[in-house]
Amino acid sequence: MARIIDRRFDSKKKSAVNRQRFMRRFKHQIRRAVADAIDGRSIRDLDNGESVTIPARDLNEPQFQHGEGGEWEQVYSGNDQFSTGDEISRPMGGGAGGGGKGASNEGESEDDFVFQLSREEFLDIFFDDLALPNLVKTQLARIPEYKSQRAGFSNDGVPTNLNLVRSMRGALGRRLALSAPYSGKLRDLQKELTELEEADPQDLEAITRVKADIGVLRAKIDAIPFIDTFDLRYNNRVRLPQPSTQAVMFCLMDVSGSMDEEKKATAKRFFMLLYLFLTRTYEHIEVVFIRHHTVAKEVDEEDFFHSRESGGTVVSSALDMMRDIIHERFATGLWNIYGAQASDGDNWENDSPHCRELLGSAILPYVQHFAYIEITPGEPQNLWREYDKLGGHYPNFAMQRIESYADIYPVFRELFKKNLV
Amino acid sequence: MKKRAKRHLPAPSEWTFDLIDEYHAEIRRVAEGYGLDTYPNQIELITAEQMMDAYASVGMPVNYHHWSFGKQFISTEKGYRRGQMGLAYEIVINSNPCISYLMEENTMTMQALVIAHAAYGHNSFFKGNYLFRTWTNADAIIDYLVFARNFIAECEERHGEEEVELLLDSCHALMNVGVDRYKRPPKLSLEKEKVRQKEREDYLQSQVNALWRTLPQQESKAAAHAEKRFPPEPEENLLYFIEKNAPLLEPWQREVVRIVRKVSQYFFPQRQTQVMNEGWATYWHYTLLNTLYDEGLLADSFMMEFLHSHTNVVMQPPYKVPWYRGINPYALGFAMWTDIRRICEDPTDEDRRWFPDIAGSNWRETFDFAMRNFKDESFIAQYLSPRLMREFRFFSILDDDREARLKVAAIHDDDGYRRIRDVLSEHYNIGSREPNIQVWNVDFRGDRTLTLRHQTFKRRPLGNGTDEMLRHVARLWGFNVRLETVDEAGHVERVRECRHDRRASLEAAV
Repeated sequence: MARIIDRRFDSKKKSAVNRQRFMRRFKHQIRRAVADAIDGRSIRDLDNGESVTIPARDLNEPQFQHGEGGEWEQVYSGNDQFSTGDEISRPMGGGAGGGGKGASNEGESEDDFVFQLSREEFLDIFFDDLALPNLVKTQLARIPEYKSQRAGFSNDGVPTNLNLVRSMRGALGRRLALSAPYSGKLRDLQKELTELEEADPQDLEAITRVKADIGVLRAKIDAIPFIDTFDLRYNNRVRLPQPSTQAVMFCLMDVSGSMDEEKKATAKRFFMLLYLFLTRTYEHIEVVFIRHHTVAKEVDEEDFFHSRESGGTVVSSALDMMRDIIHERFATGLWNIYGAQASDGDNWENDSPHCRELLGSAILPYVQHFAYIEITPGEPQNLWREYDKLGGHYPNFAMQRIESYADIYPVFRELFKKNLV
Repeated sequence: MKKRAKRHLPAPSEWTFDLIDEYHAEIRRVAEGYGLDTYPNQIELITAEQMMDAYASVGMPVNYHHWSFGKQFISTEKGYRRGQMGLAYEIVINSNPCISYLMEENTMTMQALVIAHAAYGHNSFFKGNYLFRTWTNADAIIDYLVFARNFIAECEERHGEEEVELLLDSCHALMNVGVDRYKRPPKLSLEKEKVRQKEREDYLQSQVNALWRTLPQQESKAAAHAEKRFPPEPEENLLYFIEKNAPLLEPWQREVVRIVRKVSQYFFPQRQTQVMNEGWATYWHYTLLNTLYDEGLLADSFMMEFLHSHTNVVMQPPYKVPWYRGINPYALGFAMWTDIRRICEDPTDEDRRWFPDIAGSNWRETFDFAMRNFKDESFIAQYLSPRLMREFRFFSILDDDREARLKVAAIHDDDGYRRIRDVLSEHYNIGSREPNIQVWNVDFRGDRTLTLRHQTFKRRPLGNGTDEMLRHVARLWGFNVRLETVDEAGHVERVRECRHDRRASLEAAV
């Protein structure tokens, strides 16, 4: 008799390992495709997967095969016009009539191999050799945050942790237990008393004796302490190290007249990438947008990117504001602070040294990382020259110059390279 | 018409396990009535995704891991998701018990068709055909693949995935030239494999060492026989030769080569019997289900759906249509088996002239004989009738690169029948379809260069991938590799060489 077996619920994804092998083998091509995708499309699309094209020649699994040429004879079906000896011109490009086509190497004409990366795979490759700066330090080595957690009850503790319900329950139990032998006797005596009173109410002597015994027993029961130190129970709490999972990201952007739409769009891509990168590491991320011309202003995302102002540039105003916000809202131990500043570098000449001081003394000590990107096609501007002096002293500061969209990705990688930490 | 039964089997479009059981019992009864001899059946219901998994591991329920299977899976999945291609309705594994996969998405009618096709058609072919009987061992294949997967996984742990993958790449490249075409292989068995594996490792290594030992007295003795080639006879099975003789392979590498060789050998009969095997299975699903219908067990609606799929499968488009993909093996095979039965039962004068020995014979005996003793090439050469050639309107085109134009060499007429039959038969001859490349010599007194010989056939050259292929051979051999192309008169007309840079690979290893 045949066996009929339902395998539908057996392990799925049997080919997952083979898929991984495939991905690993074509890492280079896949990486290139991902890099191209970053360059080519809007950052908003980063949440989707990506289709990757691998040239057929790379994928080819070679075999010994015949090439074109020589003598081939092949049978076809459906003759509708030919007689023996007819001659036919060779079809162009190896069409249906081409003899030997069936046996010639099909590998050569194969289309490129296209397949879809899932979002996870896409981002994994994108971030593959990036790591969050100082991440190890914050999350693993230092562990700045503890969370206190309930862990049952204990017999000793401070009075504030006293658990009343538990303690009283214990006391009640203890009292019941200790009074148990007396209660039995008490019940018997009371019964005896009732009987005596019913039988002969005049027998005062016996009644008095029983009543006295009852009194003694009650006194004994009452002497059992209502609550004893033995009964006390305290809430027990333990402190568990809690890796910090929240980050705040400051986006600082120059919106003075010299920043045109294109520069802003470039900056935006950079911010988006940074944000996406942080979402991979932190559960919760706050974003603070500060834009500035001569004065700084905290705005929402819409305004940050889209409204346009003009006028001069005082970069320090934005840094001042960032410093203040850090002190007010984001105590250093609880938040991982990241800053990213985008500007065309065209600052008011006297302000730039001030910016450098401010950044060095009031901001860099508190942040995990601060990145400055200068979006300008020409020579480095004065802000760049000032910031440049900070470079060596602060490992958590990085600066880069960007000229076009295509520069963002390499710059981003440069900023967050592993060895930066 | 035979006596009709009172009751149809229910024919809803949704299948249930009970129904499958019921249909299977009826199909089995009829199949036994026709005398089909099969392995016991194991029918497994799987999802589309599992079907794609099975596709990706060359149809086997277990296999070792390799990127190429991942590639296969991804492309199957892509095609399926986009609706470009349907999955095959079934996969059947030549094992004992014979495992047939039925896909969850199929309708009841399709499940019945697949049971008849795979579990009785293919199954009986696997059990009967001489190629499968000699070259594969249905009892041991699943166990062997389990052994292979575990062994390769162990190698990956010990030597690194990368290294195993490179080795497998090279072995896979040589799969088609890694089969014994004429020699009969010993039977596989898991027990024997396990017990003998260790033994073999040590023994092989010692043999190889002996082969390459250069002791002075041996040298002087060998000088007299300097002309002698090694191997004395050309070896067609490159993987076998490499497994036994490559000087630098580690024992585990030899075992991996052996595994790929064994798997390749296992699939070799399938490649040689496509027309026969598919035709046989198609013929039997058609016959079994029609018999059930004649008995009145199948509803008309069932038959309509069944015939619809059946005719799609056996359709042979003419050469002119854009979707022409050559001769459809299902169509040709089904037509040939049907035709053989017709020749047995109702021969014409022409048939009596062409097939004097089978015209008018017992068709079941003739079928059995043909199924057991032929492969595509010989089956067509033996049984393709003029009548079928006319029905298919076969014609043959000669493409000679010395001529400016193609020539119609033969059509379906009295002068052309034999030529068409020969050409078609030759088309299914793997020996002429694939280049004939054999191990010719090893320079084992000198730099150990391995010389392969490509014997040309009808001046057909090798394809563009050949240089890459030589690199694979060189990787396995560990020394330089030469490929001589020899024309039909025996003159070497072209030599390709692949120098194996041992120092480079050693440095890389350090």
